[in-house]
Amino acid sequence: MKKERLVVIGNGMAGMRTVEELLQVAPDLYDITVFGAEPYGNYNRILLSPVLAGEKTLDEIMLNDLAWYTDHGIELIAGRKVVGIDRRAHTVIDDKGAATPYDRLLIATGSDPVLLPLPGKDLPGVVTFRDLADVDAMVRACEDFTKAVVIGGGLLGLEAANGLLKRGMAVTVVHLVDTLMERQLDPHAGRMLQQSLEARGLRFALPAQTEAILGDDRVRGVRLKDGREIEADLVVMAVGIRPNIALARSGGLHCERGIVVGDTLQTFDPRIYAVGECVQHRGQVYGLVAPLFDQAKVCANHLALLGYAIYRGSLISTKLKVTGIDLFSAGAFQGGDGAEDIVFRDETRGVYKKLVLHDNRLTGAVLYGDTVDGSWYFRLMRDGTDVAALRETLVFGQSYLGDPGHGGASASALADDAEICGCNGVAKGTIVKAITTNKLFTLDEVRAHTKASSSCGSCTGLVEQIIASTLGGEYTKTPSEKPLCPCTDHTHAETRQTIVAQKLKTIADVMAFMEWRTPNGCQKCRPALNYYLLCAWPGEYVDDSQSRFINERAHANIQKDGTYSVIPRMWGGITNPKELRAIADVADKFRIPTVKVTGGQRIDLLGVRKEDLPAVWRDLNAAGLVSGHAYGKALRTVKTCVGSEWCRFGTQDSTAMGIALEKMTWGSWTPHKVKMAVSGCPRNCAEATIKDFGVVAVESGWELHVGGNGGVKVRTTELLCKVATPEEVMEYCGAFLQLYREEARYLERTAPWLERVGLAYVRAHVVEDAKERKALHARFLFSQSFSQTDPWGERAAEIPVRSEYAPLKVVGV
Amino acid sequence: MSKWTVVGRVEDIPPLGARVVRTPTLDIAVFRAVGDRIFALEDRCPHRGGPLSQGIVHGGRVTCPLHDWCIELAAGEAVAPDQGSVRTFPVRITDGQIELDLDRVTLRAGAA
Repeated sequence: MKKERLVVIGNGMAGMRTVEELLQVAPDLYDITVFGAEPYGNYNRILLSPVLAGEKTLDEIMLNDLAWYTDHGIELIAGRKVVGIDRRAHTVIDDKGAATPYDRLLIATGSDPVLLPLPGKDLPGVVTFRDLADVDAMVRACEDFTKAVVIGGGLLGLEAANGLLKRGMAVTVVHLVDTLMERQLDPHAGRMLQQSLEARGLRFALPAQTEAILGDDRVRGVRLKDGREIEADLVVMAVGIRPNIALARSGGLHCERGIVVGDTLQTFDPRIYAVGECVQHRGQVYGLVAPLFDQAKVCANHLALLGYAIYRGSLISTKLKVTGIDLFSAGAFQGGDGAEDIVFRDETRGVYKKLVLHDNRLTGAVLYGDTVDGSWYFRLMRDGTDVAALRETLVFGQSYLGDPGHGGASASALADDAEICGCNGVAKGTIVKAITTNKLFTLDEVRAHTKASSSCGSCTGLVEQIIASTLGGEYTKTPSEKPLCPCTDHTHAETRQTIVAQKLKTIADVMAFMEWRTPNGCQKCRPALNYYLLCAWPGEYVDDSQSRFINERAHANIQKDGTYSVIPRMWGGITNPKELRAIADVADKFRIPTVKVTGGQRIDLLGVRKEDLPAVWRDLNAAGLVSGHAYGKALRTVKTCVGSEWCRFGTQDSTAMGIALEKMTWGSWTPHKVKMAVSGCPRNCAEATIKDFGVVAVESGWELHVGGNGGVKVRTTELLCKVATPEEVMEYCGAFLQLYREEARYLERTAPWLERVGLAYVRAHVVEDAKERKALHARFLFSQSFSQTDPWGERAAEIPVRSEYAPLKVVGV
Repeated sequence: MSKWTVVGRVEDIPPLGARVVRTPTLDIAVFRAVGDRIFALEDRCPHRGGPLSQGIVHGGRVTCPLHDWCIELAAGEAVAPDQGSVRTFPVRITDGQIELDLDRVTLRAGAA
């Protein structure tokens, strides 16, 4: 079959990123031709500033050299310009008059620098700051001349001014308003930035408007509206960019400020797509790199005929790439109606932070001098996290939250051999090397190549920092919403809502209705869907054991050598001689090598062969022992102290309370594991305040604590409320668990879930609204009526029907 | 002696699941992927030796239960960026019987 022809106009970052994404999903779909105005391969425009400043070389910022195009069978027509599009004939016309046919066309013409219509703008020595040729011209000017004026005190203008200063020029920046980078900074941060740039030797004229560029055969200065004249041998105009839409407009495509595209990055002509800075999407024109990556991914998805990705716009953040100056800005920092500011200011240290909140959600951040927490704030903004509980320390950053594993560490300060990811043993140097040699851009790519932050995730912030510092700041692409897994673009929440709204009752139905792009999902989405269906349709949904992780399929914990561990349930941590004898007998009979007491007050039998599992369970069952669910995303244990029955300090019978709670909740499947504890007095010997649901007895009743975690990131619980009777403890516990079961994402523990939705949200549903609490509790009990069957007993009873525990065949003995 | 060894029937293996064939020298994981396609691979992940038979089967791949490596069932190759491969064994189905070519496997105990 003859391949379709894809023509790409524009060899910049947007166009090539789209082609790269396309090659990943559909490598053989098209014959690809790329037109590029500049005579090189494809380079990282974001890093032009460091090249100007002499901190990086051209080679270091090349993304794809000419060989890459040949290797991928792409025809690169560099240095030739497309001058027309004939949409009826499906051809593009270049400046030599040649016509190139297309089946699909991708326009990525980027943007042009704005040239102010000033007298003298065409004089030699007046340049813009947009491409390698501009950088070349500036570098050459620095060899022959000494004085420069930069018109424009925005991101680009300041980076240009800094580069020229580093190359020995005396530089004055002329800016129209009285705040530098006024689109990213509030007046205060703008002034601090100005002071620190002045200390480096830059001079400023602001607010000031340029009236004319002076000179006869070469520029010799500028004149301002107020009459002042500033000498200059070089004038850089950096007052903004304008989408390059001339070609699209001449081809009759609908344009406003940019080429208008829909959520699929399609123009008004369905054969023609457009991405990058030339594009206008939902009224928005972008001039930064992160949105362009989002667009490239969606556009490639449609070019590959997959047709399900949707671009909804991008949340953007900015960093200034001037060595030694740390500046970060994201979201709306101006505030407005209903906005609250949190401001931190330390003039001596040169640190300024401003956070803007709306309804306990972070909506804007300006950081100056200390930007380590930029990506954390950005994540809080993107996820819409309720920050009410963090509010007191929010402005001090993430390390202040108490993260013992990585507290206060700043990635740039670490040595190359410093271990970043403790789970997978990945050092900083390994990550940096993977980023530079494999040209990685995103967190997911770094995870795939190095395994860093792919296990427990607690080092994600550090890895993001390393990506940012290695790539120059702009590359931490943080997608605006996280899809469930690579098989789909739908989020966890969308998937759950759709399951309920559309009454989808099997995994296959969900995948078909929601247009999964893989035939039967992957190891990430199948367990999630299985859980969501189980939670939505109790008693009705038939569990798909092949969509469960091996531990839940085998009802035991797989160990590193392929054997299993078995933990029987001991209600509230109470056992007796008969049970202990049965455990001892089983350990002898099946030659179980290790017997250990667990952190949750149970006994663990380690090193059981898979084919022995049913027989081990049968023997344990005979003594009344059932599955402890220590292997599941499920209720694990309820840890207790001895309470008022024995302890001289005990105020209530915490052991009986723990047993009652465990009898109510055992067997329930949950988004992630759930651990509970009951302490008989505030001395808290059962460590209830680091559990998902912790109960602490006091003289007058019971305190209920939620959202604790003793794992990777220790988090103490928050007090949900205090109740008087054991019946209330049971009701609140069931309601809390059901809310968590119905609303948390799969594999999200109660601690991060609570941080995301906020304690106030949980209180509103579980404490303040009695009717809803009772309804939640009732739904929990209804679901439990189907789940409290001992899975061990079921399986042990079916030997030898349960053949999956035995080998299919033993040969050659 | 024929080189094909009968190890069981297709329906003995759960759909999107696996069973183990034990030999004196190694374990072989026999997978039943989508469309009842049967694959036989050494039951040993190239990463840290995890039992692939216990992983989740999706598409033409299995994910190792220990550290989430993904292995192509047909080729026995790890999915990039992970690198490594695992032995595969020829399979044929005759009247619903799964037969493996175990020529290269040492079937006598003690012989190495």
